[in-house]
Amino acid sequence: MESYLFPFDGLLCMLLGISFTLWFTLLLIFIIVPAVFGVSFGIRRLYMKSLLKIFEWATLRMERGAREKNQQLYKPYSNGIIAKELVSLEQEIQEVRRSGIPAPEPEFDMSDIFSFCRRGVESIVDDEVTKRFTAEELESWNLLTRSNYNFHHISTRLTVLWGVGVLVRYAILLPLRVTLAFTGVGLLVVLTSLIGLLPNGWVKSSLSEKAHLMCYRICVRALTAIITYHDSENKPKNGGICVANHTSPIDVIILASDGCYAMVGQVHGGLMGVIQRAMLKACPHIWFERSEVKDRHLVAKRLSDHVADKTKLPILIFPEGTCINNTSVMMFKKGSFEIGCTVYPVAIKYDPRFGDAFWNSSKFGMVNYLLHMMSSWGVVCSVWYLPPMRREEGEDAVQFANRVKAAIARKGGLADLLWDGGLKREKVKKVFKEEQQKMYSKVLVGVSEDSHGSEVVRGSEDSHGSEVVRGSEDLHGSEVVRGSEDSHRSGGRHCYAAWRAGALEEPGRTFILN
Amino acid sequence: GTYGIAQTVRELSVISHSQITRLYSRFHSLDKGENGALSREDFQRIPELAINPLGDRIINAFFPEGEDQVNFRGFMRTLAHFRPVEDNEKNKDPNSGEPLNSRNNKLLFAFRLYDLDRDDKISRDELLQVLRMMVGVNISDEQLGSIADRTIQEADTNGDMSISFSEFIKVLEKVDVEQKMSIRFLH
Repeated sequence: MESYLFPFDGLLCMLLGISFTLWFTLLLIFIIVPAVFGVSFGIRRLYMKSLLKIFEWATLRMERGAREKNQQLYKPYSNGIIAKELVSLEQEIQEVRRSGIPAPEPEFDMSDIFSFCRRGVESIVDDEVTKRFTAEELESWNLLTRSNYNFHHISTRLTVLWGVGVLVRYAILLPLRVTLAFTGVGLLVVLTSLIGLLPNGWVKSSLSEKAHLMCYRICVRALTAIITYHDSENKPKNGGICVANHTSPIDVIILASDGCYAMVGQVHGGLMGVIQRAMLKACPHIWFERSEVKDRHLVAKRLSDHVADKTKLPILIFPEGTCINNTSVMMFKKGSFEIGCTVYPVAIKYDPRFGDAFWNSSKFGMVNYLLHMMSSWGVVCSVWYLPPMRREEGEDAVQFANRVKAAIARKGGLADLLWDGGLKREKVKKVFKEEQQKMYSKVLVGVSEDSHGSEVVRGSEDSHGSEVVRGSEDLHGSEVVRGSEDSHRSGGRHCYAAWRAGALEEPGRTFILN
Repeated sequence: GTYGIAQTVRELSVISHSQITRLYSRFHSLDKGENGALSREDFQRIPELAINPLGDRIINAFFPEGEDQVNFRGFMRTLAHFRPVEDNEKNKDPNSGEPLNSRNNKLLFAFRLYDLDRDDKISRDELLQVLRMMVGVNISDEQLGSIADRTIQEADTNGDMSISFSEFIKVLEKVDVEQKMSIRFLH
């Protein structure tokens, strides 16, 4: 063993020891202690401001480079790249027809095909749904290769800056963050297990709150997340459900570092399972077995029981069911809105200039994603606590869900879509196509009073209508469409009009008619 | 490569660099297999297209006879039919022939949506099939049959019980095809 040691090994060890101690002390003073007490030195905000200045400079430099070469910079536009008609399909077909009066006999016009055709091709060029499942394109460059589309316009100075950035991020920030993450998670497990030993009571819940908050705050610093909370007077209270739009697993950390929630989720194995079990010891969270998740009644019952107990914390739920790229809010699943308690909506909007927080679960796994997040500059986001909402008289769960969704979309500046986030992985349900066909049949046959033609149409409408009311899972999509009837002028039973009108609620996101 | 793009640009008469880039980016995002070509499944993954009653016919228009892959050039060529007509005014080249987005070619595109077997005639059977796609189960066979018969009767001038392309053009001579079959870029 002696032969392996260098002559300078004593010095080396000493140096390593000192730097390690220094590192740890700094960590402790500047990060962990403030996290424990919930105060902030403002270091992160300073960091954010300086980074923004650097990004602006980088973008200007690239634009100048492009101008010198007489080329154009590629500029992404998330508001749509083509002009689409604001009229519904039904109206458009009626307009093209030669007479506006419903004919006594069904009348088909060969030009009807044009509207279907053009809309089909429009959706091929630019559709509202598929672009929500990939990262949003940024207009300014944030010195990460993963978001740069204008590579050939980079100058030497910019490349050097980028190189420095890589060094800083991977050599300094990443190890720091990983250490913090491990500390945070480790502390969470240890503290909650310890607290779990205490008897139930005020002391236990109070300590549990503090422990959870502290550990989440450390995790927030592990991501260098700079969060601005708005309207904290509307923070969720016991006996309610908190719903928020979902962009990434980080959402949980962001919300839980400012308040205490009961989490809902599936039981996992491995490290996640260990964390879940430990958390459960300190305060009641709701973890479901895989088999229980399918049973909607069981899920609803457990949620209602939890909510009925006023000593238990508010439940945190993400009704979209999957991660969306933070440019829009997609269909809210009605399950959490059927419980009949107060709903506290929360809107989360990430600042895209710093890095894309969206988790594309079909492309990256969780660990890959977390490493991505920890090796980027940081996360900047805003959280708005909206005033609590309750289900009104005569409103069903779907309409309530849409109302909450619209409020969240409006506050966060996101597009409000009726499409199901599940479309990320699954095909769209056939019932939507059938809606379109039904609409066209109506146009063809006419909405007249007489017997033969309208019977066919009305008959099918009725049966369709009652199926919807029965609320089977299959037709959930069409329930959504029906639910939006009152809020949209077309009275649309067809989803084209419905979702287009939905898009109209966001002034910044309308399609522009030339 | 760039030669292919340059050729395509010439064919499309005037299309800006940024529009090509944007369409290429779109093509690439639809190409899940990342093999430089789109298959029918790639198109069907677009929810708005999947719920369009004529979705399958439109998708078919992108694929040449007997092929089931379309490359970027083919993609652009089909989309070129939907460019607004007035853009051609700026670029009158007598050698380029009729541009893809002329009124005639737009009508031909629509005609081919009806003409299932590509024999340049719309038979009663083909018309019935397309109608059935558009109305689903909501109209009876007899009613649909009589609609098809009436349509052919009105359009057919040479008595062969089917609609040729020239008869098709005549029926639609008063319709503003240019506007209905054009897609405008915002930038």
